[in-house]
Amino acid sequence: MLHSFHIFNRKGDLLFYKEWARAPRSAKAMADDHKLMFGFLFSLKQLVNKMAPRGSGGGLHACSTSTYKLHYFETASGLRFVLCTGLAAGDLRETLRRLYADIYVETLTKNPLHRLDEPITCKSFEQAVDAFFASLQQGQG
Amino acid sequence: MASEAERKKVALRRLGDATFSKVDKVSAELFSLTYGAVVTQLLKDYEDVAAANVQLEKMGYNMGVRMVDELLAKASLAQCASFSETAEVVAKVGFKMFLGVNVEVAAATSSEFRLLLSENPLAEFVELPEECSKLEYSGLLCGVLRGALEMVQMRVECSLLRDTLWGDEVTEIRVLLKERLVEEFVDDDE
Repeated sequence: MLHSFHIFNRKGDLLFYKEWARAPRSAKAMADDHKLMFGFLFSLKQLVNKMAPRGSGGGLHACSTSTYKLHYFETASGLRFVLCTGLAAGDLRETLRRLYADIYVETLTKNPLHRLDEPITCKSFEQAVDAFFASLQQGQG
Repeated sequence: MASEAERKKVALRRLGDATFSKVDKVSAELFSLTYGAVVTQLLKDYEDVAAANVQLEKMGYNMGVRMVDELLAKASLAQCASFSETAEVVAKVGFKMFLGVNVEVAAATSSEFRLLLSENPLAEFVELPEECSKLEYSGLLCGVLRGALEMVQMRVECSLLRDTLWGDEVTEIRVLLKERLVEEFVDDDE
């Protein structure tokens, strides 16, 4: 069960957003949510690094609440992929990495019309992402 | 300790080979000739060798900021622990993947390294005419390195120290670490 999907860049700009099964809300509330989400991840990441035993970096992988689980994948180039799902989901970082390697890089990085750091409007990216999540959802039942 | 570093190098070289086998290839001649055409056109447009050098570096930068993502994705790389490790990754994986050549790292310290290219696919079939003897024909590579490393939070300065086209034995690029960029989060509400 998928809830929402964000892609942020290093600066915290929202590049792409998609949601399933979330209560409808105003555009303003939605924009606030995105900002909160990035702020939350940013702080959490710093905390995670600070808490790590000496000599090991340690990155944020996922966190869960009583109703959903947040999966986090960050590339060395600063892109953050955030997927919220139901609690039953396993480790989805490899899935997010595949999305980055097979879809993001192929349809956006190599696409001269796409400008990095701007919201994604590329049709083939959207289609590929939709198909990707549709198959993911089917796989999980 | 030395054997540990050696093992790492071998592993990276293998990763470079594996990644190289994964990417689409174009004919080396087509590549060299296309690049030659671009450089020639730049020289015609700018009518000045120094301006063309600057432009080549800029073009490289714009390519580098994108190429890094492809490298990270195809090679499934994680953060490097040190600048000298970055040097090895650039040489053994990056150059191998995009240009198919083996590059040696020299004089790697925590803030500087040099890349030695004994073969350079960009400069195949090229001879610099007298009036272009100052042309940094492969300056594009410096730009690529600067762009790619900036995306992974390292501000570097790259320069072409030696070039086979200038009569040197190898092409040598120096990469100087200026600053490690820090992530910060600016909340525009406040």
